[in-house]
Amino acid sequence: MKRRFALSSVAALLAAITVWAVGGAVLGRSGSEPLHVEITIHYSHYEPAAFRVPAGRPVEVVLRNTDPIDHEWIVGDAALHARHRTGTEPYHAGRPTEVTIPALSTITTVVTFASPGSLQYICHLPGHEAYGMVGTVTITP
Amino acid sequence: MRRSTKAHRLALAATSALVAVFMLAGPTLACAGLIGPNGAVNLLRTTTFAGYHDGVEHYVTAFKFAGGGGKFGSIVPLPGIPSDVVRGGDWTLQRLVRETRKQLLFEADFRAAPAASGAEVLLQTRIDALDITVLRGGGADVGKWATDHGFRLPPDSPEVLDFYAQRSPIFMAASFDADAAKARGQSIGDGTPVHLTIPTDNPWVPLRILGLGKTPGATVEADVFLLTDHRPALLPRPGLVPGLQLAHSDAASDSLLTDLRSDKGMSWVPSSAWLTQVAIDADADRLTFDLAVDASGKDTPSMVAAGFVSPRPAAPATPPADLSRIGLALVVCAIGAAFVLGLMATRPAGARPA
Repeated sequence: MKRRFALSSVAALLAAITVWAVGGAVLGRSGSEPLHVEITIHYSHYEPAAFRVPAGRPVEVVLRNTDPIDHEWIVGDAALHARHRTGTEPYHAGRPTEVTIPALSTITTVVTFASPGSLQYICHLPGHEAYGMVGTVTITP
Repeated sequence: MRRSTKAHRLALAATSALVAVFMLAGPTLACAGLIGPNGAVNLLRTTTFAGYHDGVEHYVTAFKFAGGGGKFGSIVPLPGIPSDVVRGGDWTLQRLVRETRKQLLFEADFRAAPAASGAEVLLQTRIDALDITVLRGGGADVGKWATDHGFRLPPDSPEVLDFYAQRSPIFMAASFDADAAKARGQSIGDGTPVHLTIPTDNPWVPLRILGLGKTPGATVEADVFLLTDHRPALLPRPGLVPGLQLAHSDAASDSLLTDLRSDKGMSWVPSSAWLTQVAIDADADRLTFDLAVDASGKDTPSMVAAGFVSPRPAAPATPPADLSRIGLALVVCAIGAAFVLGLMATRPAGARPA
C-alpha cells in the first residue's frame, strides 16, 4: 500500500510540474502575491495567445514587445473592444487593462479579474486584430 | 571581349501601386483603424525600374504627386549598397512600365526622431520633394528607424523586414512631401524618378513586399519586366506557382532599346537583349517568395534569392525562460523515474501487497 501511495504521489507531482513547465504561463508565488504572466509579442502575435487565472487575484502581466513597431494589449469584454475599434486614443496608459507597448520595450501591468468568464486581449492598432493579434484569458472561479 | 557584351545584362521593370495612408493633420495614429482626422485614405501609384548590367543594378523609382498635402513614406529592399542616387530619366518608366503593383507605403507624420536605432544610415539625399535614406541593418533595426522617423508600419512588417534583412540588410526609405511638391509647382500625376546605381552580384525582384499591409484575401497585381542578354532562368518558374504567369518572352525590339538608351542615365542599355514579362496576380497571403533571376545562362536561379531557403538558421521562437522550464521538468522527471526504479528494486521478491 505504501509503495502504491508513493508511486501515485510521484506521478501526480511529475504531472503537475510537467503541465506547469510546458504549457503554463502563469506562475503563482503564494496565495496573497500576484500571479505572474509573461506575454511576448513577436511578429505581431501574442505568445501565449491564451492563459488561465483565478478570479479575484491580482495578476502581474509582463508584456514584452520584440517587434520594431508599437503594439497594444487591451483586455475586456466585447463591448470594450467594440469601442476601441472606433476609438481615437492614440496612446494607452493609466488603465491596467489598456496598455500601449512601444516598439522593442517591456511594460508591466497588474490586473485583477473580478468575475469568472472569458475575455479577449486585442491590439487595436490599424490592421493588427485582423492580422491575428488576439488572445483569450479564461478566469476561473 | 567587352564586359558589356558578356552575360549579366539584366533590366527589371515593374510598376507599383503604393498604398498611401494620407494624413491631413496631426499624428492621430493609434486605436482602431483610425487613419486620419477625416478618415481619408488615398491611393498613389509609384513606378519602379531596376536594370542590371556589368555587375551594376540600376534601380529607378518614381513617386507620383496625387494632390493633397502631408507626407508619405516607402521602404524598398535593395540587393546592395547604392554608389549613387540621382534624379532618374524622364521616360524610361513610361516606356517600360505597363501596370502598377502594391508596394510598401506608410503614413508618415515625421515627428522629431528620438535617439538613433541600430540601423546605419549609409546615404541621404533629396530629390525634388523626395527625401531618400539608404539604411543598413536588421529587420528590427530598420523597422525601429522607420517608426522613429514617423513611418507607421503595418503589422506584418516585422516578419517581412526580417525576411529581407536575412538576405540583404540594405533598404531604401523614401519620404515624399506632398506639400513641398505642391509648392514646387508639381501637378497631380507628376512623377519624381529616382535612379539608384547598385553594384551587386545578386539581383532579384522583391515580390513578397508587394503584399505588405494587405488584408487577408487581397490580391497583388504587378508586371515585372526583365531585359537580359539571354533568356533568363526564373525561380519560381512562372506558370508553376499560382499567381505568376509568363506574359512575354522574346527578343527586345531595337526601338525599345533605342528609346531606353536615349533617356538620362540609361546609356548602359545593351544593343541586344531578351525581354521577359512576368505578370503577377496573386493572393497577398500566398505571395511569400521573391523572384530569383539567373541571367548568366547557367540556369541556376538562387533558392535563397527566391526566399525558399534561409541563408541562416531561424532564431528560436520560444524565449529562453520556456526552455529552462522544460529543462527543469525533464530533470524532475528523471529524478522521479529514479525514485520509482529505486522503490521497485528494493521490493522483496515474491512480495504481495498487504
